[in-house]
Amino acid sequence: MAVETSSQSVAKAAGDDVARGRSRGTGKRRGKGKCSLATHWYAGAMVAPVVLVIGVIIGYPLVRGIWLSLTDANERNVERSIGVNHIPATYEFVGLDNYTAAITGDQFLGTLGWTLLWTVACVSVTFSLGLGLAVLLNRRIAGRSVYRTLLILPWAVPGFVSVFSWRFLYNKDNGLLNKILAGGGIDAIPWLNDPTWAKVSVIAVNVWIGVPFMMVALLGGLQSIPGELYEAAEMDGANAFQRFRHITLPGLRSVSSTVTLLSVIWTFNQFPVIFLLTRGGPGEATQILVTQAFKFSFEISPRDFAQSSTWGVLILILLMAFAAVYRRVLRKQGEVW
Amino acid sequence: MRRGIAATALVAALGVTLAACGSDDKGSSGGGSKSSGELSGTVTWWDTSTVGSEDKVFKKLAEDFTKKHPKVKVEYVNVPFGDAQNKFKNAAQSGSGAPDVIRSEVAWTPDFANLGYLAPLDGTAALKDEGDFLKQAAASTKYNGKTYAVPQVIDSMGIFYNKKIFKDAGVEVPKTIDDLKSVSAQIKKKTGKTGLYLRGDDAYWFLSFLYGEGGDLVNADTKTVTVDNAAGVKAMKVVKDLVDSGAAKTDATDGFNNMQTAFKDGKVAMMINGPWAVADTYAGKEFTDKANLGIAPVPAGSAGQGAPQGGHNLAVYAGSKNLDASYAFVEYMSSPEVQAQTAKELSLLPTRTSVYGEPDVASNELITFFKPVVDKAVERPWIPETGSLFAPLVTEYTKVLTNQTSPEAGVKSTGDAYRKLLKGWK
Repeated sequence: MAVETSSQSVAKAAGDDVARGRSRGTGKRRGKGKCSLATHWYAGAMVAPVVLVIGVIIGYPLVRGIWLSLTDANERNVERSIGVNHIPATYEFVGLDNYTAAITGDQFLGTLGWTLLWTVACVSVTFSLGLGLAVLLNRRIAGRSVYRTLLILPWAVPGFVSVFSWRFLYNKDNGLLNKILAGGGIDAIPWLNDPTWAKVSVIAVNVWIGVPFMMVALLGGLQSIPGELYEAAEMDGANAFQRFRHITLPGLRSVSSTVTLLSVIWTFNQFPVIFLLTRGGPGEATQILVTQAFKFSFEISPRDFAQSSTWGVLILILLMAFAAVYRRVLRKQGEVW
Repeated sequence: MRRGIAATALVAALGVTLAACGSDDKGSSGGGSKSSGELSGTVTWWDTSTVGSEDKVFKKLAEDFTKKHPKVKVEYVNVPFGDAQNKFKNAAQSGSGAPDVIRSEVAWTPDFANLGYLAPLDGTAALKDEGDFLKQAAASTKYNGKTYAVPQVIDSMGIFYNKKIFKDAGVEVPKTIDDLKSVSAQIKKKTGKTGLYLRGDDAYWFLSFLYGEGGDLVNADTKTVTVDNAAGVKAMKVVKDLVDSGAAKTDATDGFNNMQTAFKDGKVAMMINGPWAVADTYAGKEFTDKANLGIAPVPAGSAGQGAPQGGHNLAVYAGSKNLDASYAFVEYMSSPEVQAQTAKELSLLPTRTSVYGEPDVASNELITFFKPVVDKAVERPWIPETGSLFAPLVTEYTKVLTNQTSPEAGVKSTGDAYRKLLKGWK
């Protein structure tokens, strides 16, 4: 069994190498490039619907969002027509005023600071826990499949259901967490009513929701590391930590760099956890950029569409910058992504 | 392949975000009234009353409309009060999914009207016996010389107290804030329970304290923002002191439910609340004997007693496909018979003078208690921005109560936000 698995992974690893070699080689592609339109018309036809759909559901809102961020549009001055009432659009182009207002105002930078802290905290904790669990579950332990199933559960439950359950657990007077603490003689913790505890609480919930994905992805990565490497290292006298550091971590790099990037993007824009748990409160303590942008265009009156789009565009720029830098770093380390 | 996963994941994430913003209600389906006289079609009504107590009565009353107009189908939808304003705005703005009739809180009405979401009711079937409505209840329905809603219920706030706990602690109902503090201290000492539950997540509950110190949010006559004057600071200090001294407990999330649970289970002795909470409170185990619930005017601040005047109106969506049936429905739901019914079953205060004369209503203790309170209650300025004033205030109010900012800084930021909102005000 063990032999079979390892031979398979060797073949897989070898296949991987071949694939890499081919994609790096440039000769083949050039040769075909000439008449690609004629030979690959069907590929174009296949892709066309997708391009169209993406253009409609992503392209149009994006362009409109960018346009709105350059105007002073709000709920009162946009065009709308309700029954007999027709109200024409009266908003105006204001250039980059919204951007200067957002960046020089104290709200954006403050919220950005907490958003970054939230992202770094969530991703690092989720990654460490996910890696720990993956390593644990990669060993031969009794009831392994039961643990795996249980650990995937948080992922299977719809997000809003989890968050609402957590809200009940966190309830100061009637929540389970404080009842357990009271049993241990500890005073009730104001989970969602104190700014610091609220921050800890939202991070904890996001980690709980995020760990299964990390675990599954890293477990997959672990299983593709050939067992021979560990055997060889053991023969050379490497201890457990050295094996982890010099075999497991490098072996996982391609998987871990992808999941980290995804996780950063998701967490940065993790709307439901914060919105449903605290609505950004108490006060504005847990408000991240996306929940604040949502607040501008859906929760205040009159709804400030311009400012909301401005924040949205700024979020996009930040994430694109992050992805570009990240990609460059990976490429320097020899990863193709 | 990896790129494929990433792209799929990104699209999925976007999908989730979009779904979170979209509204999921179907619009009322066609029909339309015939000019020949008999009404037909569907009227969708968004009710915002308290789930579990008030909603049952309103649902039944609304569906009884069919007895008068057999061809009209009433679709009753209960929308949680906290979500209704945004949900309606989303639906109205996009032009799909909005109800035909909405139960609009008094402060929302001028805002909705100003945005063009409501149909003017002057000269329609909705406004029957207009002169019968209480003046202060009708005030919020007018905007720019037209009437955009019909008053459904009127209310104000009082202090609800648990008579048994008061007896155990040997205290009297507090008349001032100082009383409130000493009463709470005594209750804590004798029974170990907290005196007052103070809502920290809704600025409406702050108004009694603000008015009690002689303050107000804005003064519409002089076009001045007044929330950040000395009275505003004082009021903020009063509520903070109530929480810091242990006289009151508070929550920054789920305040209404936590308040009701704590009071119904006898964990707190007092809460500030209005008639809308009475039916739900009676359902609590402490109040199986209804006589255990006491209600008194809110404790007075240094400038006197002040509770906000609130209530709900019925408004018709301008884009309704069934305007005539909607007008008739509004007329029916605000008719003396229906109001007498809700007064009898839920102890809600009618908005029609004539209903107060009915024997059932005249003998209802809660209504006879709240009527003078409503008469004296502080009216808000019915400007379109009235509905916008709470969002900045509640953020700062919660920040003050959770020690993130000082009372002075809190009211100052609120005032600054108001001046940004009300162009040209002082």
